[in-house]
Amino acid sequence: MTQPIDFRRRGILRASGVSLLSASAVALMAGCEKMAVAQTSNPAADVGILNTALGLENEAISAYQLGATSGLLQKPVLEIAVLFQTHHKEHRDALIATIRKLGGTPVAAKSDAEVAQALNAASLKSQTDVLRLAQRLEKGAANAYIGVIPSFGDKALAQVSARLAADEVMHWTVLSQALKDPLPAKALSFGA
Amino acid sequence: MIVKSLASAALAALALGMTAPVQAADAAHGQELYESRCGGCHSLDSNRVGPAHRGVFGRKAGAAPGFNYSPAVKNSTVVWEEKTLDAWLTNPQALIPGQRMNFRVATAEDRADIIAYLRRQSGR
Repeated sequence: MTQPIDFRRRGILRASGVSLLSASAVALMAGCEKMAVAQTSNPAADVGILNTALGLENEAISAYQLGATSGLLQKPVLEIAVLFQTHHKEHRDALIATIRKLGGTPVAAKSDAEVAQALNAASLKSQTDVLRLAQRLEKGAANAYIGVIPSFGDKALAQVSARLAADEVMHWTVLSQALKDPLPAKALSFGA
Repeated sequence: MIVKSLASAALAALALGMTAPVQAADAAHGQELYESRCGGCHSLDSNRVGPAHRGVFGRKAGAAPGFNYSPAVKNSTVVWEEKTLDAWLTNPQALIPGQRMNFRVATAEDRADIIAYLRRQSGR
């Protein structure tokens, strides 16, 4: 029997936890920037992949902004949405730094209004609607990060892609628990 | 002798056909795959990280209205149908060097199902 996660009991919103994640995420990407410059044989191709990832992160930041300001989210879900948006901002910042290190130009973010239209945000009428959208986007992002791994020229960047996917899966899992969805019955449910 | 050989060949082909039937692509499964794997970047009717997909089957690459394509895709002469979509989903960079998608679908059956779904959504 699957039990929903008790967010407060697990203490996942503690400020100290946020700080630790931020520091380790930034350290990871900072380390990979140096490796990427030295190892990748085709930086332009890797920059293309990273820019696509940046587009995903920008969209996620806007989506969580739309959710957080919709008036539809209640505590503690609202706090979780803001925390997850913070994660995506850290992903974005690390991707921008890595793209620049590789000599590329980061893609510009679309406006929140453009994202709202693309995601049909006007159709969101309840907290469940917002959670379902976030859940769908997180799963799509995780699968996108998994699906581009074979295309990286630099294995260190492929590893970063796997770690970004792990963050998105963590988000998906928490959102699924908040929605009281059952966990996947079979293994290897992502990337499949 | 020739007749006997032809008959044997026909029987062998029939046996192969019986033991290894060609699976029809499953558009319903393709929809599930599209939503879980492609949905991070794509929608049928909105340009997002990637272009809108409704009508993609039979369309020239780089032709979704309003989407900012890479020069490589924009200048490509590829037209999206079964073979080109299969090659694209297998390894986009091999089909159109310089593209920006880079997402790969490893198994042929999954690619066929996704393509069947896109074809259906394109009214083909």
